[in-house]
Amino acid sequence: MTDILAPGAVERHLRARRDTGRGLLMPYVTGGIAPGWTRYLEAFAEAGADAIEVGLPFSDPTLDGATIQQASETALARGASTRRILADLAEGRDPGVPLVASTYYNLVLHDGPEAFCAALRRAGVGGLIVPDLPVHEADELADAAAAAGIDLALLASPATPQPRLAEISRRSRGFVYAVSLMGTTGERAALAASAAELTARIRRGTDRPVLLGFGISTPDQAREARRHADGVVVGAAVMRRVLDGAGPDDLRDFLATLRQALDQE
Amino acid sequence: MTATEGTLLTAADLAGNGVHGDDPDVHGKFGIFGGRYVPEALIPALDQVAAEYERARNDVAFLREFDHLLRTYAGRPTTLTEVPRFAEQAGGARIILKREDLTHTGAHKINNVLGQALLTKRLGKSRVIAETGAGQHGVATATAAALMGLECVIYMGAVDCERQALNVARMKLLGATVVPVHNGSKTLKDAINEAFRDWVTNVDSTHYLFGTIAGPHPFPEIVRDFARIIGVEARRQMLELTGALPDAVCAAVGGGSNAIGIFHAFIGDQNVALHGYEAGGRGLETGEHALTLTAGSVGVLHGSRTYVLQDEEGQTIESHSISAGLDYPGVGPEHAWLKDSGRATYHGITDAEAMEAFALLARTEGIIPAIESSHALAGALKLGRELGSEATILVNLSGRGDKDMGTAMKYFNL
Repeated sequence: MTDILAPGAVERHLRARRDTGRGLLMPYVTGGIAPGWTRYLEAFAEAGADAIEVGLPFSDPTLDGATIQQASETALARGASTRRILADLAEGRDPGVPLVASTYYNLVLHDGPEAFCAALRRAGVGGLIVPDLPVHEADELADAAAAAGIDLALLASPATPQPRLAEISRRSRGFVYAVSLMGTTGERAALAASAAELTARIRRGTDRPVLLGFGISTPDQAREARRHADGVVVGAAVMRRVLDGAGPDDLRDFLATLRQALDQE
Repeated sequence: MTATEGTLLTAADLAGNGVHGDDPDVHGKFGIFGGRYVPEALIPALDQVAAEYERARNDVAFLREFDHLLRTYAGRPTTLTEVPRFAEQAGGARIILKREDLTHTGAHKINNVLGQALLTKRLGKSRVIAETGAGQHGVATATAAALMGLECVIYMGAVDCERQALNVARMKLLGATVVPVHNGSKTLKDAINEAFRDWVTNVDSTHYLFGTIAGPHPFPEIVRDFARIIGVEARRQMLELTGALPDAVCAAVGGGSNAIGIFHAFIGDQNVALHGYEAGGRGLETGEHALTLTAGSVGVLHGSRTYVLQDEEGQTIESHSISAGLDYPGVGPEHAWLKDSGRATYHGITDAEAMEAFALLARTEGIIPAIESSHALAGALKLGRELGSEATILVNLSGRGDKDMGTAMKYFNL
């Protein structure tokens, strides 16, 4: 097994798993959402997650739909902060799969990109997603992330034109985050039609793992997404259950259904 | 030539066009400020807006149409009014007001919305969305949308909807849909968040008619250029009226559109001091204020790197001001740049100081100003006492106070 704390480890880990033919599963949890929240990470890993996205809540989550907004507000109201969430991670049990932090750029800038990335590293986080940091603004953070051995994954959208998409694929680390639709995070009735075309366009320029996110909430959608991409990110479907009071065991059961769907495809 | 003689706006009137070297760079940066910190999905739309704007501002037909609307619909040029009785409280300095309160809809916001509504049509889009705090930008946007036959959706914090029920009714009467936003603090910043969510979902049909010089590039530049007419006219009018440029120009700063509108034409005039007045609310020490430039720190909010009010963890702090139009925890990146370069100076004016100036202008000159503009008036009173009786001070009276009667009735027990 690869050392998941080594620099560039998120990408090596995901590539290795992908290359065995496995569909990749990256569930999301909002850090600090509930007392003992790191137990969700263990449950996700037990359900067969290949990486876990940990949201660092921000007061103004402009790319998030109602569910993640509510999760962010709930966590912040409980006193969650970057510092406390990273301390929880450092103290909690190692889930055995790479952790990828996600947050808005103001929280990165607040301590400065270098200090922020170093803090992620100390907490055992190997990757980072910043949804309001498009590729042409990413230089400062990309350098700091590389220096700290953090894989900075960039996002691609259905509206992204081809030359720009190639740049995103080239400069992304860990994986390329394919945003399946034009819209915010949240559950949807069906996988967006734009997902297939976007992933096909990304694959033309890179062999990096491609994870589809936004609106993937059911086993059927995961199965369909797997036909186009190397794997899926599941956020709102997890957090709606958490907000409704579901514990780690419930989430393990839910994610196991997605794992099974990915394994079947 | 004066504008009243029927001259057209020129491309140089509309924009600085780099005359003062103060346009943002290709990435929309004013020094380290500005830029585009938005989801990737919005980048192509912002590119499209920037490209279309670049064509429009060099297109005589566009300039002619904008100019025509400013004259025949907005009521430009607006006059200057000298206010000697008010100025008695300012150490005898001459105080001259630029009367944006006399425009259609009663505030400077009309300049920007007319320009952007024209741009929306050029973009081939049929729907506009906008955020509003007090409701002034919402009313102006609904007005321009009605005029040009555009579908219009206004996002407004649920708290603000309650505080500004009259403006909600005005927007509805103008045919707009008003969506109350129940997230977060339920005020302007949350309305902007929600407008961004709408835009990222409906970007093919929709233009986000941004109301101030904040937000991602190219909004700070576009909104500035459409508001710039305020200073272009005022500079010319000052020369006609007094034979000289003013010693200082004063304006209130929330997001900063009225201030940049009157400042911009004077930036190259090094002898003209530029003073911006932020909402000091209940005072800096109470923590209940909107002193973004004077007490904030550099961060990223709503797509732009600029000064923001944030706590020690980097979360946005809710601002406070008696004036809803200044009640915003961010500020336009160009003001951040003007502050750091030292070209403009920014100060705080408390609720109490603003309300005193509000009442004083009403009683001494028969003009009821917006509470936003009253911050600039209060600033001018202080500045006049500092500069002495030889000084001439130009103040942007950015809006009229009719909308503030509810607040005034409570504040003064009327």
